[in-house]
Amino acid sequence: MSARAGTPLIEAQGLSKRFVKAPDLAERATALLGSAAARAEVVRAVDGVSFAVAKGEVVGLVGESGCGKSTLGRLVAGLIEPSEGRVLFKGRDRAQLVGAEAKAARLAVQMIFQDPYSSLNPRMRVSAIVGEAPLVHGLVPRAEHAAYLADILTRVGLDPAYARRFPHQFSGGQRSRIGIARALAVRPEFLVCDEAIAALDVSIQAQIVNLFLDLREAYDLTYLFISHDLGVVQHISDRILIMYLGRIVETAPTAELFAAPNHPYTRALLAEVPRISLEKRSFRPIEGEIPSPLDPPPGCHFHPRCPFAMARCRSEAPALVSIAPGRASACHLNGG
Amino acid sequence: MTAPAAAAEPLARPATLEVADLRTHFFTKAGVVKAVDGVSFAVAAGEVLGLVGESGCGKSVTGYSILGLVDPPGRIVSGSICFAGRDLVGAPEEELRRLRGSRIAMIFQDPMMTLNPVLRVDTQMVEAILAHRSIGRRAARELAREALAQVGIPAPERRLRAYPHELSGGMRQRVAIAIAFINAPDLVIADEPTTALDVTIQAQILHLAQELCRKTGTAMIWISHDLAVVSSLADRVAVMYAGTIVEQGRAGDVVGAPLHPYTRGLLGSVPSAVARGVRLAQIPGMTPSLLDLPPGCRFRARCPRAGEDCGVEPTVSSPRPGREVRCWRPHLEAAA
Amino acid sequence: MSVLDTGTRIEADRAPAAAAAAEETPLRRLAADFFESRVAAAAFALLCVIIALALLAPAIVPQNPYNLAEVDVLDSRLPPGSRAMAGYTYWLGTDGAGRDLVSAMLYGLRISLAVGVVSCLIATVIGAAVGLVAAYAGGRVESLLMRLVDLQLSFPAILIALMLIAILGKGVDKIIIALVTVQWAYYARTVRGTALAEMNKEYVEAARCLGFGHARILFRQILPNVLPPLIVVATVQAAHAVALEATLSFLGVGLPRTEPSLGLLIANGFEYMLSGKYWISFFPGVVLLATIMAINLVGDQLRDVLNPRLRR
Repeated sequence: MSARAGTPLIEAQGLSKRFVKAPDLAERATALLGSAAARAEVVRAVDGVSFAVAKGEVVGLVGESGCGKSTLGRLVAGLIEPSEGRVLFKGRDRAQLVGAEAKAARLAVQMIFQDPYSSLNPRMRVSAIVGEAPLVHGLVPRAEHAAYLADILTRVGLDPAYARRFPHQFSGGQRSRIGIARALAVRPEFLVCDEAIAALDVSIQAQIVNLFLDLREAYDLTYLFISHDLGVVQHISDRILIMYLGRIVETAPTAELFAAPNHPYTRALLAEVPRISLEKRSFRPIEGEIPSPLDPPPGCHFHPRCPFAMARCRSEAPALVSIAPGRASACHLNGG
Repeated sequence: MTAPAAAAEPLARPATLEVADLRTHFFTKAGVVKAVDGVSFAVAAGEVLGLVGESGCGKSVTGYSILGLVDPPGRIVSGSICFAGRDLVGAPEEELRRLRGSRIAMIFQDPMMTLNPVLRVDTQMVEAILAHRSIGRRAARELAREALAQVGIPAPERRLRAYPHELSGGMRQRVAIAIAFINAPDLVIADEPTTALDVTIQAQILHLAQELCRKTGTAMIWISHDLAVVSSLADRVAVMYAGTIVEQGRAGDVVGAPLHPYTRGLLGSVPSAVARGVRLAQIPGMTPSLLDLPPGCRFRARCPRAGEDCGVEPTVSSPRPGREVRCWRPHLEAAA
Repeated sequence: MSVLDTGTRIEADRAPAAAAAAEETPLRRLAADFFESRVAAAAFALLCVIIALALLAPAIVPQNPYNLAEVDVLDSRLPPGSRAMAGYTYWLGTDGAGRDLVSAMLYGLRISLAVGVVSCLIATVIGAAVGLVAAYAGGRVESLLMRLVDLQLSFPAILIALMLIAILGKGVDKIIIALVTVQWAYYARTVRGTALAEMNKEYVEAARCLGFGHARILFRQILPNVLPPLIVVATVQAAHAVALEATLSFLGVGLPRTEPSLGLLIANGFEYMLSGKYWISFFPGVVLLATIMAINLVGDQLRDVLNPRLRR
């Protein structure tokens, strides 16, 4: 299935995901007896998100806890269904595909997970973890399977001689590599990396980041790199999306974002990121807690903590509008 | 390391804590794990010492050793921990108990290690006060409320009556910090307190820690794997690797002109310090097993500068005033 | 996060090249951890002896107690050590019907163990299937199945067993059905809990991402990880089953009189306890106790060893 030139590889249109916790029997009973009405608890984890990723791009997705980036990553990978909106793969609605095309679309988007310890089945050998999928889906003829497996393991920096071992016999960094090998084994085109290096030591992180850069060239991959670590995201991404409480508040090419952030949240985030500095600095953080996604502030989600909040920000949610070629921001300060 | 006073620049103020050649070993079934193997440093009043290293380097165990919190099969094998004129190694448990929470306090990475989930905040804080002072419960509660206000918690009276799970992660850490500072300790040991927090909240906590130390003149040991945080916050930095301190000095010096190859490698691994898209300098290999250390320099197997003489364990030297390094071939060209 | 965590993490970070050359399967690790406890090792040895005796019973006992031709009713209630007419010694005496106690006990052990183990196995399969399906399907299916489990567990085991046997009648197969009916719910509940926890782990998400079907995920990914607690429950339940069967036989509703299990032997000897002929109940009682205790001790150590949080 090939795409027309210029069609983004993955496009999200108006994606929303709501998690609803309906009141259980006890809550409904107390409501009948007169206490506060039993409301279903709705968490709008992702709220009307649209963006596109072109082939070969590395898009960084940054945000703090509760912003919905993990949920968005899973929506893109197809692990959960959106409440609204759709995901286009090579220009076609993924939900509408059937049969072989649907399977191809599914295998083309793979995910690298955060926790190197729970993301591998502890009771399966590495050869099975990495080799099962290509065998089951018939991607590689049986005769060539062993060689294929050895090749993938070598590419990610593991010694194929250790393929018969179990995950617990490997270190955190090696387990990350096994997870990457598992994803590569089905020949994906798009990788969603969900905090893939957060749980690793700094020196190991460097190894894995280099691995990602190498694999991008070797396999012509496209990445959606989800992280809270701005340093890594700055290093590896071409373009960055900033999320806050379910909405994208700014997108820009990396260099421009760091040079001249537009949205107040982006500015606060960039200012507060600890960087290697040659002298002590004093911190002047923005006040306030990150609001709970169960009860987001009305209008612009950021207004309670924003130093520039106006009356309009409390009532009207700003739309994500283009402020320069390739840049967009959701803030009333930009006028309009 | 030998006593720091010998070759290093004498501390500006008298040392609150002096650790000399501390060794803490764990006697497990598999062998002796030399978690801390010859660590020496000093902290003066009002000073922040950053203890930096990756997982398994022994920084947390050092912190626990100071407080006497190392459980069997581990114990302090040799060395001295000089606090307020007394050597804590070998001190009776009763004496250590009196020190903990009143003269030396600890802040953990997970605030739920400090906070009991089934007790209200005021109960816990009052207990922490009454354990070391005999004042009335009312007076203690008043102190608790003041402490919460000091750490920047809005509406402290309401928060006092809350349970830990009703507070956000940042709030909980503030409460833990309040408890640590409540009895005006001389020394606070903070073990990765902001690692689990979001960037904007982390900035708030760092700001708070800076303020409190400045106001109360408390000495602080900030244990972290994050060089960026430590370089912004600490006055002096000690870098640990495989149970020993490999480099020590003023924060700006260590970060700006690192002497030890490991420090250099670590700084090179941090993405924000390196140009975009370029491969990060990675330290090859992994930390050696502490069960079975190779003879000579522990970093030898991964060091780009290793040579014949590195087969002998290096001693601490002070090639520049105010700086110490444990290496036969430090990067002298960098330091002025 | 205990201070010891640093120790374990350091071991895990060791390069595989430095690790032992022998292939370390989970099974080998399990065996190594299991035999660390001397009590458990002893219990395991005892269990092996008991099973060996039960299996070899026909070969080693002097008399087949179920063959009425070999049993001499005139020899009944003889004390331990008496000689039989046929020439061999009644090492532990005879019971009320004249059966050699050693033979009767070993044959009874066979039946007890067989009934216990078979019912345990069938209940495991049924219970695990229900638990897995409930956890994976979720929603209404799960609610329905779990309410069934709750219902089953709220009735006392003996009561259900008695009712079933009253309906179905006596016989080895009926006993097994009764025991299975009483036991499957424990497995279902345990398996569902563990399966739910496993399903939240990222490797299951990874399996879905790789396009595996439901059956493959359930049996290839989740089931192997559900086995540890399942094995533990199975061992404890096996002891339960043996005890339950003995209780039913003691009450007279278990196996038929002509093929006595240990419970029935104990019951038979009850009437003679006060008149000094203690051996008829005593020795079968000791054997029953030893069997159940051995199974329980093995199960205990298995649970400790398989519990990831207690490990090292």
